[in-house]
Amino acid sequence: MVNDHNRLGSGQDDPEGQKFLVFTLGSEEYGIDILKVQEIRDYEAVTRIAHAPAFIKGVTNLRGIIVPIVDLRIKFRLENIQYNQQSVVIILNVAQRVVGILVDGVSDVLTLSRDEIKPAPEFGANLSAEYLSGLGTVEQRMLILIDIEKLMCSPDMALFEVAEAA
Amino acid sequence: MDITEFYQTFFEEADELLAEMEQLLLGLDIDAPDNEHLNAIFRAAHSIKGGAATFGFAALTDTTHLLENLLDRARHREIRLRKEMIDAFLETKDVLQEQLSAYRAGDEPDPEMVARICAVLQQLAQEENASQPGAGAPAAAPLPAASVAPAVPLPASDTPQLRVRFSKVSESDRKLLSVELENLGEVVAQTHTDDSLTLWLETSCQPDDIIAVCCFVIDLDQIDIVQEAKAVAAPLAAMETLQPLPAVATVTPITAAPSTAKAAAAAVAPAAAKESSSIRVDVEKVDQIINLVGELVITQSMLAQTAATLDPVLHERLLNGMGQLERNARDLQESVMSIRMMQMDYVFSRFPRLVRDLTDKLGKQVQLVTFGKATELDKSLIERIIDPLTHLVRNSLDHGIEKPERRLAAGKDAVGQLLLSAQHQGGNIVIEVSDDGAGLDRERILAKAIQQGMPASEAMSDDEVWQLIFAPGFSTAEKITDVSGRGVGMDVVKRNIQEMGGHVEIASRQGNGTTTRIVLPLTLAILDGMSVKVGHEVYILPLNYVIESLQPRAEDIHAVSNEEQVLHVRGEYLPLTELHRVFEVADARTDPTQGIVVILHGEGKRFALLVDQLVGQHQVVVKNLETNYRKVPGISAATILGDGSVALIVDVAALQRANREKAPLLAAA
Repeated sequence: MVNDHNRLGSGQDDPEGQKFLVFTLGSEEYGIDILKVQEIRDYEAVTRIAHAPAFIKGVTNLRGIIVPIVDLRIKFRLENIQYNQQSVVIILNVAQRVVGILVDGVSDVLTLSRDEIKPAPEFGANLSAEYLSGLGTVEQRMLILIDIEKLMCSPDMALFEVAEAA
Repeated sequence: MDITEFYQTFFEEADELLAEMEQLLLGLDIDAPDNEHLNAIFRAAHSIKGGAATFGFAALTDTTHLLENLLDRARHREIRLRKEMIDAFLETKDVLQEQLSAYRAGDEPDPEMVARICAVLQQLAQEENASQPGAGAPAAAPLPAASVAPAVPLPASDTPQLRVRFSKVSESDRKLLSVELENLGEVVAQTHTDDSLTLWLETSCQPDDIIAVCCFVIDLDQIDIVQEAKAVAAPLAAMETLQPLPAVATVTPITAAPSTAKAAAAAVAPAAAKESSSIRVDVEKVDQIINLVGELVITQSMLAQTAATLDPVLHERLLNGMGQLERNARDLQESVMSIRMMQMDYVFSRFPRLVRDLTDKLGKQVQLVTFGKATELDKSLIERIIDPLTHLVRNSLDHGIEKPERRLAAGKDAVGQLLLSAQHQGGNIVIEVSDDGAGLDRERILAKAIQQGMPASEAMSDDEVWQLIFAPGFSTAEKITDVSGRGVGMDVVKRNIQEMGGHVEIASRQGNGTTTRIVLPLTLAILDGMSVKVGHEVYILPLNYVIESLQPRAEDIHAVSNEEQVLHVRGEYLPLTELHRVFEVADARTDPTQGIVVILHGEGKRFALLVDQLVGQHQVVVKNLETNYRKVPGISAATILGDGSVALIVDVAALQRANREKAPLLAAA
C-alpha cells in the first residue's frame, strides 16, 4: 500500500500515467477513470422502477437530483450478491448525466503508466471487450479497466434513450 | 470595455422592437392611421437604426434608414398609406429580422436581399414623390438623394456641426467616447479638461442618435449637444428638410430642459421605459432558483415531519416557528414560480401576421379575434405551444374557413371568424382555436380512413371520428397546398401536446365550424399530488386527474374477461386498472375490496385505479426522470418526498390510453 501511495504522488508528474478508482465486484478488481467519478456514497434505499432491467436498482435522491443506480454485480452476472456495510455507490458523471453504480467496495486509487496497461482479450457476452480499455497489472494484482462512459451509454444498459446515447 | 458586450442587448432589443413594429403595422388602419401608432412605428425603426449604426451593422442601418424615411413622411402626412406599402413594410421587417439573425450569427446578411428590399423601399419613395408633386413639395426634392445614398456622408459643407460636451467623465471613458464619435462622423476639434470632454463633430447623425450611442457608456445628464450652424451656405431650413428631425431633437441644448431630454430619450429607446420595470435574467438562473426553493420546501417538510413527533407543549415556540417557516416557504415557492409565467400574448401576438399573409394567399377574408391574452402559462410550455397552435390556425384558415363566395352561398358573413382564446380552468389552461368554417366532414373522414386501412366504421361516434384525423399520415385535403394538407401535422400536434402533459379535443359541426381545445397543465414544475401506497411503494397521482376515491364493494366489481374488470359506480361502469399489476408490485393487496379505488379522468374518459391505501395530499416539486435516466412507461416524472426518498408520479393519461387501446402499457409508451 505504501508503494501504491508513492505511485499516486508521482503520478502527478508523469504525463503518461492515468489515475484509476479501484473497486471490487465479487473477487475481481476493476478500475475506472477517476475523472468520471463525482463522489462515493453509502448504498441507501432506492425507489424501484417498474419494467426496468434487473440491474437497474431504481432511482435515488442525490441532493435533489434524481439519479439511477445500476448494480454492476447483476449486470456482470455475479453470484452471491449481498447488500452489506461494504456495498457502496460510485456516483459517475458520464455523457453530461449523473449515474450511480453499486459495487462491493472501493479499495484504492492507483496510477497506471501506459506500459502497465495491456490490451484486453475477448470476453463473454457479459462484458464485451469493447467496453474494456485494458487489463492493468500492479504487483501481481490484475485490474480490469472499464471504459465506464462507453459502458453506461451502451444501448443494452438501457439507461438513456437510444437516440441520446448514440 | 469592449463594445461587443452590448451586441446581445442590442439584438434582444431590436427583436422586441421589430415585433412591436409588426404588431403596430398590422393594427394600423390604412385609411385613417392613428398618429400615435405611426409615431411608435417610426420610433421603433429609428431606434434600430441608431443601434445598428453604433455597432457598425451597415446593411441594417441602410435598410432601416430607408424605412424610417418613408415612415417619417407617412407620419407627417406627406404620403398616403396604401396596402402595398404596409406589405412592403412588413416584408422589410422580415428582412430586418433575417439581417439581425445574420449579424447575431456573426455573418454578414445576404447583400442581394438587402439590395432588393432597399430597391422596393426606394421605389415606393419615388412613386410617392411622383404621385404627389404638390403636397410633398418641400420634402420631395431632397429626399431621393437621402434615400438613395443613406450611408454616404454628405458633403462637408452641408453637414451640420454639433458641439458635444460630456461632463464628469473619466479618462478611459473619454477615450472610448471620442472613438465612438469618430465612428459617427468627423471630429473637427476636441478639447478636454480633467473631467470633461468637448468635441466638435461633423456628422449626418442626429443628436439623439449620438445620445443613444453614448448612453451605453455614460448617463444621459452627462451629455450636452448643441447644434452649431458652421456653414453659412447651409441655412437652417435646408438642414431640416435634409434631416427630418423629430421635433424634440432640434431643441438645444438638450439638457437644458429635463422634460425635453426625457422626451428625446423616449424617442431614442422606447424600451428604456420597460427597463426600469423589468430586468433580463437568464432562464437558467431562474430555474436554479426554482430548484433551490424546491429543495428548501423539501427540507422544510422533512423538518416538519421530525418536529411533529415532539411534545407540542414543551416545544411550542419551535413548532410556531415551523408553522411560519412552512407558510414562508410556500409563499416563496409561489412567487418564484410566477417568475416563469408568461402571458399568452407572447403566442397570440404572432398570429395576426400569419392570418394576414395566409388569407391573402388563399383569397379568403378572415377576422382574427383573440381572447385571454393575459392568461399566464409556464415559459417552457408557452414556447412549445407555438408550433401546434400555428398548425391549428393554418388548418382552420386552409380547410376550415371557406372562400367568401361559398360563405355567402351558405348564408354566412363573407368574413370568416377565427377565435383564439386562453383561459384557466382549475389547474389547467384551456387554449381554443375555433373557426366558423365548414366544419369537419364526417363522411369524408370515414371514407378516407377506411381507404387508408384504419379501423373505422359508420357506427363510430362523432368524437371517435374526429380522433381519426390525429392518426399519422391522415389528410382529407383533396389537393396539397403549401399551407397545409400534407397529412403530417395533426398527429404531430397531438403528440406535442401529450408530451407537454396535455390533451387535444375537437368539437365540430358540419357547416358551423370547428373548435379545437388544447388542455394543458399550468406548469410542469410543481403539481398538487395525491400520494398512494401500493405494497411498500408510494406513487403520486396528479390531483387534477382525481375525481374521488372509494372503497369498492365486492358486488360492484364485475369481471368482463379473465383480464378485465369493471367497477359499478352510481350507475356507471368504469374500467378497473390495478396499479400493482401495471407496475408489477409484488407485495400489494390484490383483492379490490381490501384496497381503495381512485376514480380518475383523463382525456374526457373516466376509469378506476386500484391502490392499497391513500397516504395524503401535497404539493410536489416535479423532477424530470429523463435528466439522468430515461422515459419510464406509465410514469411522467419523479419527486422527492418529505423523508428524502424518491416517489414516482403516475402518468394518468398514459394509463388511460393503455386502457382504451387495450394495449399493454409498454407498447403504448
